[in-house]
Amino acid sequence: MDVYAENILDHYRHPRNKLIADSCQLSACSHTEENLSCGDTVTVHLAIENDRITKVSWDGTGCAISQAAMSMLSEELVGKSLDEVKELMPKSIYDMLGVPIGPRRVKCALLCLHVLKNALQKYEGKPPQSWAKTVCLN
Amino acid sequence: MQNLHQNEIPHSSFLIHNYCVPLSISDVRRQFPFLEATPQPIYLDSAAMAQVPDAVLHAVQQWEHSLRSNVHRGMHDRAEASTIAYEAARSTVQKFLNAKHPDTIIFTKSCTEAINLVARSWGDAHLQQGDAVVLSILEHHSNIVPWLQLKERQGIDVLWVDIDDEGNLRYDQLEQHLHTGRVKLVAITALSNVLGCAPDTARIIDLAHQSGALVLLDAAQAIAHMPMDVQSIDCDFLAFSGHKLYAPTGVGVLYARKSILESMPPFLGGGMMIRNVTTEGFSPAELPATFEAGTPPIAQAIGLAAAMEWLNQYSWEAMQTHERNLLTQATTSLRQISGLQFLPQNSSFSIHHSPFGCLSFTLEGVHPHDLTEILGRQGIALRAGHHCCMPLHKRLGIPASTRLSVGIYNTKEELELCAKAIDTARQRLRG
Repeated sequence: MDVYAENILDHYRHPRNKLIADSCQLSACSHTEENLSCGDTVTVHLAIENDRITKVSWDGTGCAISQAAMSMLSEELVGKSLDEVKELMPKSIYDMLGVPIGPRRVKCALLCLHVLKNALQKYEGKPPQSWAKTVCLN
Repeated sequence: MQNLHQNEIPHSSFLIHNYCVPLSISDVRRQFPFLEATPQPIYLDSAAMAQVPDAVLHAVQQWEHSLRSNVHRGMHDRAEASTIAYEAARSTVQKFLNAKHPDTIIFTKSCTEAINLVARSWGDAHLQQGDAVVLSILEHHSNIVPWLQLKERQGIDVLWVDIDDEGNLRYDQLEQHLHTGRVKLVAITALSNVLGCAPDTARIIDLAHQSGALVLLDAAQAIAHMPMDVQSIDCDFLAFSGHKLYAPTGVGVLYARKSILESMPPFLGGGMMIRNVTTEGFSPAELPATFEAGTPPIAQAIGLAAAMEWLNQYSWEAMQTHERNLLTQATTSLRQISGLQFLPQNSSFSIHHSPFGCLSFTLEGVHPHDLTEILGRQGIALRAGHHCCMPLHKRLGIPASTRLSVGIYNTKEELELCAKAIDTARQRLRG
């Protein structure tokens, strides 16, 4: 299947939960990550109550894969507990995307996961995890 | 001020051979085995890596079959023949650059290593705190990082020359830097690997020499697109790689004035670069061996010489006309695409204002990686990203761009097809 499947392109053209305006007021936690080699950037804003995500918004620029993946992931986060988020693995993202992700596009696909993991690290007062850790989780 | 894209690309009558054959692109294409693939690739990434003609492959293969042996080592026939071939390659490079002495040609593994050699050897020996090296914002990381490393080691200053909104080098800034009296080196590209603009090297070298500064030309791109006659250019250092000149990977060249090379300590230590080694110390070999520690890239150097000889059957004028026509075709076709913006953003490409070797652009709402991946599946090779020029992209205010670069084997038809494919991909991604 083509990586530019219609569902990917639909999320890319019409991103869900993407806020243009500053949405920091809703969020207990905001975090930005970028993929320097591509120039992809994603900022995620999370509202967290009783260790559950209650609201999600994000902003970003980049390729279709990175932006569609963040859009799709944002639809699955509300109501999830922090423990459930911690269990998200690269395979969860690949399954969600449903298209083959080659080695050149791994960081594009996993930027959403990386920013989410590090948003929670920040929320819990822990240091950010490396790209290697995000990518190597299986 | 000279316009970026009106720059006359210099050409001279210098040739290794004193004859030229007419440039027939269909003949040229038959000599490049990569074009035998089905479907036939449309390769527009020669600025990153040029493809190799049969003549180069044959030269390398002949050395592997008949001569393969280490150089300057053995007394047997093969060792001698290999040494002769390697030194003949040096002479070919010397003639290609019109350098005075073969000793001024140092084989390295790449252009990057050649620039690092200058920064490490000449820079460490001659520069100290208070001295400055001038770079332009057009530079590739390989002509930035070695100088930033020298800054860390020696405490020198790195001073930058900007471009204006049209992409012209800010020569006024260069003059200001030179007037400080602290500048010991101007290290600058002879042809931008992103914008395809050629800074006025004659003007830069003249200004620098008036101030007592040396000039290093990063000819990684320029070497394949314009004659680099080091005597008429009057540069002090010149560096390039083989793989952008239709030659193998793993070989580069540093040219430097002999008097400067003689003032430089060795760079890498090892075999070949020594005269004598004791348990207490060593004395270095003479030029050029002193800068060629270890077994050099022998087959690759011979391949590089073969590429230069192959290229020199054509006149620079014919090759430059062909490549200029290609990029004129590209700009004409790409200009029709909605949301496509050439870099620098304010430039006004036209038939009379064209870049050289390559051009780069952005496409509104389409990330370069998506564009080049979609085109790649159709056999069209373009390059996406920052092209190892992050400071330039920051200056242009963009994270990445798409680059289209041409070589001797490209055709106008390929550029038309590429432009159509870009427009189709844009429609698909934008919906």
